[in-house]
Amino acid sequence: MNAIDLTLLAAGAAEAPTGVSLMWLVIAIPLASAAVLLLAGRVADAWGHLLGVAASAAAFVVAAWAFFELLGREAGERSFNLGLFDWITGDEFSLQAGLRIDQLSISFVLLVTFVGTLIHIYSVAYMSHDKDRRRFFAYLNLFVAAMLLLVLGNSYLVLFVGWEGVGLASYLLIGFWNYRTDYAVAAKKAFVANRVGDVGLLIAMMTMFAHFGSLSFDDVFAQAGAAKVSVLTVIGLALLLAACGKSAQFPLQSWLGDAMAGPTPVSALIHAATMVTAGVYLVVRSGPIYSHTPNARLAVLVVGAITLLYGAIVGCAKDDMKKALAASTMSQIGYMMLAAGLGPIGAAFAIMHLLTHGFFKAGLFLGAGSVMHAMQDQVNMRRFGGLATAMRVTWITMLLGWLAILGIPPFSGFWSKDKIIEEAFIGEGWQPWVFGLVAMLGAGITAFYMSRLFFMVFHGQARWTDDQHPHEAPALMTVPMAILALGSVALGGILSLVGFAEWLKPVTQAFTEVEEQEPVLPVIVITLTTLVLVLAGAALAWVRFGSREAKVPILPPPAGALVKAAREDLFQDTANDVFLVRPGQAAVKGLTVLDTNVVDGAVRGIGWLVQTAGEKVRRWQNGYVRSYAATMLAGVILLAAIVLAVRL
Amino acid sequence: MSVTAYLVLACVLFAIGGTTVLVRRNSIVVFMGIELMLNAANLAFLAFSRMWGTLDGQLAAFFVMVVAAAEVVVGLAIIVSLFRTRRTVSVDDESLLRH
Repeated sequence: MNAIDLTLLAAGAAEAPTGVSLMWLVIAIPLASAAVLLLAGRVADAWGHLLGVAASAAAFVVAAWAFFELLGREAGERSFNLGLFDWITGDEFSLQAGLRIDQLSISFVLLVTFVGTLIHIYSVAYMSHDKDRRRFFAYLNLFVAAMLLLVLGNSYLVLFVGWEGVGLASYLLIGFWNYRTDYAVAAKKAFVANRVGDVGLLIAMMTMFAHFGSLSFDDVFAQAGAAKVSVLTVIGLALLLAACGKSAQFPLQSWLGDAMAGPTPVSALIHAATMVTAGVYLVVRSGPIYSHTPNARLAVLVVGAITLLYGAIVGCAKDDMKKALAASTMSQIGYMMLAAGLGPIGAAFAIMHLLTHGFFKAGLFLGAGSVMHAMQDQVNMRRFGGLATAMRVTWITMLLGWLAILGIPPFSGFWSKDKIIEEAFIGEGWQPWVFGLVAMLGAGITAFYMSRLFFMVFHGQARWTDDQHPHEAPALMTVPMAILALGSVALGGILSLVGFAEWLKPVTQAFTEVEEQEPVLPVIVITLTTLVLVLAGAALAWVRFGSREAKVPILPPPAGALVKAAREDLFQDTANDVFLVRPGQAAVKGLTVLDTNVVDGAVRGIGWLVQTAGEKVRRWQNGYVRSYAATMLAGVILLAAIVLAVRL
Repeated sequence: MSVTAYLVLACVLFAIGGTTVLVRRNSIVVFMGIELMLNAANLAFLAFSRMWGTLDGQLAAFFVMVVAAAEVVVGLAIIVSLFRTRRTVSVDDESLLRH
């Protein structure tokens, strides 16, 4: 152990300042609000949305207070363990439920509460015509509480409670309009895919408990250095599985596209900005484990690289605006995974990209919601076009978000994504070349599909249906969009200038010595090549979808094999169907046959036997005393004969 | 006389009693058959008691007689009440407890 983590452990015992010691409130307030909204019933319909917004805002205020207290302390003394109560007490295993407030968790808490509050405000207007708006806010608050518990927990078990909580909230919100069967099916699909990931988290926790006898972050990370590499690899791969489920990474990514069935604010908050990034948080938080197991780290890298290309390719072919954004989310989280797999330095940029992405992607989704609001819930981009003049504010906010995700300097995305690409080129052997080039190529494709989306919606010829009259959204919706757009412009630059990676260092580099390395290519070459690819992608999209000459057909034109495959999510659902669903159904059918014929057959057979035998034997019960007597006599004679036969 | 003669007599009495129980329908007569079987058993007990020169058999015979007396009391009471309600003492008519 080096010097940093000793101070870190010591700081955990120090007296926490007031704001930090009140951090339990950030979970309790939204949770209490959710309970009130759900239990109060229709009484709360009139003011339920206001309570929801207030709860989220209050959580943000407390979090900001704690954040400034942390800022005022030395770098090594910004980590606190806040014990709440003894959860499990036993001889072999005791666990105190507690919160861990440090640089990593507070960054997350600020993102969740700030973006969450903006989206709450936006939802007041967006959901104003829905008669179930109170229930919607109850679920949103439940989600905020669960997400904060996830990032604030000081052990894997507390994290797991939050992990399941966000899964539940996600399920409830995807299926919010569950009177539509396909929406309910989408919710179930998300839930089931998440369960697969949860199994991974459970396996990881069991392995940790078997080998370290504890589940708290401090104990596990302190012992990780001395543990066998094979054990750490198992834990690392199991945690990766969990992260894949939650963050829609390959091969568990199929649920995210369907999850767009939920109301658009939900897509913005849960399926873009916060919940889907929980997997990245898990991998970064477990950095001390991954730093000792190169194989598991390589697996994280591979998963990230595959997903970032996968999402980008799918995004190019989607005509559904929200599904294209979902594919983009998948791809961007792929970048974060890739960075998290690179180790301590990459992990800092993974979190930084997570924060900037949280802003610009939430902004893009809210913009999409605004467009849907104006176009009578139309999501087909082939029926948009030319909306730039009709919706000025939405156009500008989405323009800024678009520039941010493209990574054009000086917008947010440039500072975080370019850094990730740069980090991907660090290393030895084949790895930097493969991962670096994949990340670079991904940036080019990202530029193409995001520009395609932007131009198809806002530029080119109007292809609206006759009954559509686009209009700008009310201020309750445009103001949150504008604030997020400001974040898309400035957040990345600000985080870089104030040294965000330096701020995270005590967490990401707590248990590992890091030596600075140079990329295999000069940084300037990487940056310029990436920019050229991005501009090329955007220009291509402009020629095909944006310029006045470009004709965008209203129906998807016939296309080559790759585009067809991308329209079908690269056959992810088909693959799931063939390899998992159908064998599963066949097995269940077989078991049903077995059950009805063998198990039920045995039970029914016994019944039939007893009944038939009874039918025959009861004839002897004829009521005639003399026949009973004769039977008894015969019995006695028989017994006597047997006894005598044995004797003689 | 040897004990065999007593045992043969006891067997004959038991067989007569058993046959009576099995073939007669009148419940009073069936009852007499039962008494005959019990007394055949008593005779066997006494014969063996004499043979071995112990009192165990005679003791058993006393018990049998006491039980037989008690049984007669209960049995005759049942027969009387049956006759009063159903005007018959035939055992074959009392066959309601059946399948």
